[in-house]
Amino acid sequence: MSFKIVVLAKQVPDTRNVGKDAMKADGTVNRGALPAIFNPEDLHALEQALRVKDRIDGAEIIILTMGPPRAAEIIREAMYRGADTGYLITDRKFAGSDTLATSYAISLAVKKLQPHLVIAGRQAIDGDTAQVGPQVAEKLNIPQVTYCEEVLEINEDELIIKRRLERGVEVVKCKTPLLITVHSSAPTCRPRHAKLLMKFKHARTVSELVEETKDYTEMMTNKPYLRVEEWSVVDLDANVEFLGLSGSPTKVKKIENVVLARKDSVHLTPDDKDMDYLMKELIDSHVIG
Amino acid sequence: MENFYKDNPSLKFHLKHPLMEKIIRLKENDFAEKDKYDYAFQDFEDALDSYDKVLEIVGEICGETIAPNAESVDHEGPQLINNEVIYARGTQENHDTLTKAGLIGMSLPREYGGLNFAMVPYVMAAELVSRADAGFANIWGLQDCAETLHEFASDEIKKEFLPRFNNGATAAMDLTEPDAGSDLQAVQLKATYDEQKQQWFLNGVKRFITNGDADISLVLARTEPGTTDGRGLSLFVYDRKDKALTVRRIENKLGIKGSPTCELVFKDAPAKLVGERRMGLIKYVMSLMNSARLGVGAQSVGIAEAAYREALKYAYEREQFGKPIINYPAVYEMLSVMRAKIDASRSLLYETARYVDIYKSYSFIQEERKLEPEERNDAKHHTRVADALTPLLKLFASEYCNEIASEALQVHGGTGYMKDFPVERLFRDARITNIYEGTSQLQVVAAIRAVGNGAYLKLIREYQEHHVKPEFEYLRNTLIDLTDDFEKLSKSVLEAKNNELLDFHARRLVEMAGYIIMGYLLLQDTHRDVEYRKSAEIFIRKAKTECASRAEFIRSFEEKNLGTYKITWE
Repeated sequence: MSFKIVVLAKQVPDTRNVGKDAMKADGTVNRGALPAIFNPEDLHALEQALRVKDRIDGAEIIILTMGPPRAAEIIREAMYRGADTGYLITDRKFAGSDTLATSYAISLAVKKLQPHLVIAGRQAIDGDTAQVGPQVAEKLNIPQVTYCEEVLEINEDELIIKRRLERGVEVVKCKTPLLITVHSSAPTCRPRHAKLLMKFKHARTVSELVEETKDYTEMMTNKPYLRVEEWSVVDLDANVEFLGLSGSPTKVKKIENVVLARKDSVHLTPDDKDMDYLMKELIDSHVIG
Repeated sequence: MENFYKDNPSLKFHLKHPLMEKIIRLKENDFAEKDKYDYAFQDFEDALDSYDKVLEIVGEICGETIAPNAESVDHEGPQLINNEVIYARGTQENHDTLTKAGLIGMSLPREYGGLNFAMVPYVMAAELVSRADAGFANIWGLQDCAETLHEFASDEIKKEFLPRFNNGATAAMDLTEPDAGSDLQAVQLKATYDEQKQQWFLNGVKRFITNGDADISLVLARTEPGTTDGRGLSLFVYDRKDKALTVRRIENKLGIKGSPTCELVFKDAPAKLVGERRMGLIKYVMSLMNSARLGVGAQSVGIAEAAYREALKYAYEREQFGKPIINYPAVYEMLSVMRAKIDASRSLLYETARYVDIYKSYSFIQEERKLEPEERNDAKHHTRVADALTPLLKLFASEYCNEIASEALQVHGGTGYMKDFPVERLFRDARITNIYEGTSQLQVVAAIRAVGNGAYLKLIREYQEHHVKPEFEYLRNTLIDLTDDFEKLSKSVLEAKNNELLDFHARRLVEMAGYIIMGYLLLQDTHRDVEYRKSAEIFIRKAKTECASRAEFIRSFEEKNLGTYKITWE
């Protein structure tokens, strides 16, 4: 069996450039006002997977995401960069899932796929919880290595991984199967490849095919690699109680707008004394050093 | 996310030109490969969509990687270490990123690992890369050499060298020598055939070679001892793996500092003959030069676009006398004229690319089957127009690029003269465009032929027949007047049967043709999209005054006045 890697990815609203319409009156994210993008750290995760594939002949990368039908966009995006195939977990019954319910659904899907290695971004820029990766590992009962910066060595049953921690790096060895989450200090993802883009741009999920005005029947028959599988609650054999709102213990109690006000200001002149003062301030407040 | 393709709707506008359907159909040979390669196009819409999406990748890499690297590349430059050219860090990163994206060998056929892109989208990619970093655009643009090998080399050479491009091989074209610059007929680098080893060997010196330490080099050399002109020259391909080349130095230049300009010494360097002996200069290099001139056209438009954007932003942000300087007529006129010149030269760029596309596709189809008489005529027509437009493009785009970069610096005032803003780099980078691949003066020598044989006039009269909306009729009327005047004046100069007089007025005549041609192109653009109306108006107004001044000069000039201009040096 070839070495199988599942990359967990999420389509997120681009919270890096928020305008005034970014939040709704009730304090939730206004997804319509923000462009939907590939979660940045998940791209770092994909790059790590691609580097593993570069080193292991015949390794296969499967991109797995959960979300509304349009999340298929990031599956294509991953294919343009070198992922071999993708699965989209989508079902109305998943709506409102918190990290616990999400990781339950994802762990069921990963179990079906039986990979040697699961790679996820550390956290998503919408929720910033960093919980889904570790929770999936726990549910699958496999080891997890978080904050990965680089896979140093790899063979089919063991990986040596460099972790980026707050005050340094740590090198660990771990047996497969395992799950790793990738830190933003890891290398950015390689660009989309022109040939892969042209090859996979017609990749579609069943729900997308229903919406298409053009007839895709022939293309889908001749090119089976263009089919992106969709998994529903039934496909995953999931217990609906553990999904959606009922499966999500996290409840938003209150949301507050925080306005950061300047408390006091200091005027500095560009001389040795004031620079000395500034450096001490910056070191004390851990901005530098 | 900066994306140089998405932030510039002009490119998509030209990509959607009505002629693209014909261009793509010819280039794809009626989609013969649609089931052969998983990334081949299925039909016209699919092809156009793929062009668009791949240009988005190019635009993103330009905006996110190449442009941010440009400043450090300009400061660092390449180095010569142990006879090896080491690129600046950013240059290497740019090249690696484009290789990983599969963007080297864009126009090569799929059979050799290429994308089989038409010239139009390939030239667009060149414009984008040039806007991001003009010096780097040279290294990337030398993939043109692959096109020359594809056109003229044997199958054996093609199989050996072409697939390497898409994997990131770099290229160089080694033409110039210390005593053979504009006059390449004087090339002396010697090629000798060793009967025993059944191998050609190169010996001699090349100078001013862009990217001289490339993986794959095309070298122009003298194969026929005793000859002194172009007919004794042949083209070779040299593989860097043979390590028979010394890089003597890297030149210290005014601009495009990221691009290593090398002096090379070949010593018993094994090489393979490309095509036939004695055809090196007269056929292959001429073809290579034509695509290189198109490339410099793209580079010029790219630099001009970058400079204009810097100037516009600065003029909007900079306040003097209580308001942004963009509100002063002296400044907004500069900016809107810059805009018009860019729109005009870009239209000429893609018009030329379209003609090149069509005739090149015919020449490849011709290798497989005989062309129908109708197709043969069409091919001939497009070759003729492409030959006439290429030097005109190179002339105007590069001169405008210089004017625009200079004006952009002027908008910045004293600040622009400092290294703090990118405009001084653009100003330095621009300066080479009207020099290399044939100076402006030499473009005129090539272009004046199209005045003499009536090619420009014929094309202009064809443009005149294009349908325009009634509200733009006045613009066409102006252009018709200018054409009548151009026709009369060129006739009078030609009829004088004095070559020196013709050479003397050549630039004036060529430029008159250029103004009218670009005026028509902008009029056609306006017809398709009213966004171009302002530029068309500004440009045609300018064309009128520029043509008038040239016409006045020619009219009031007599042959005997030539003496006034002749100058000697004691």
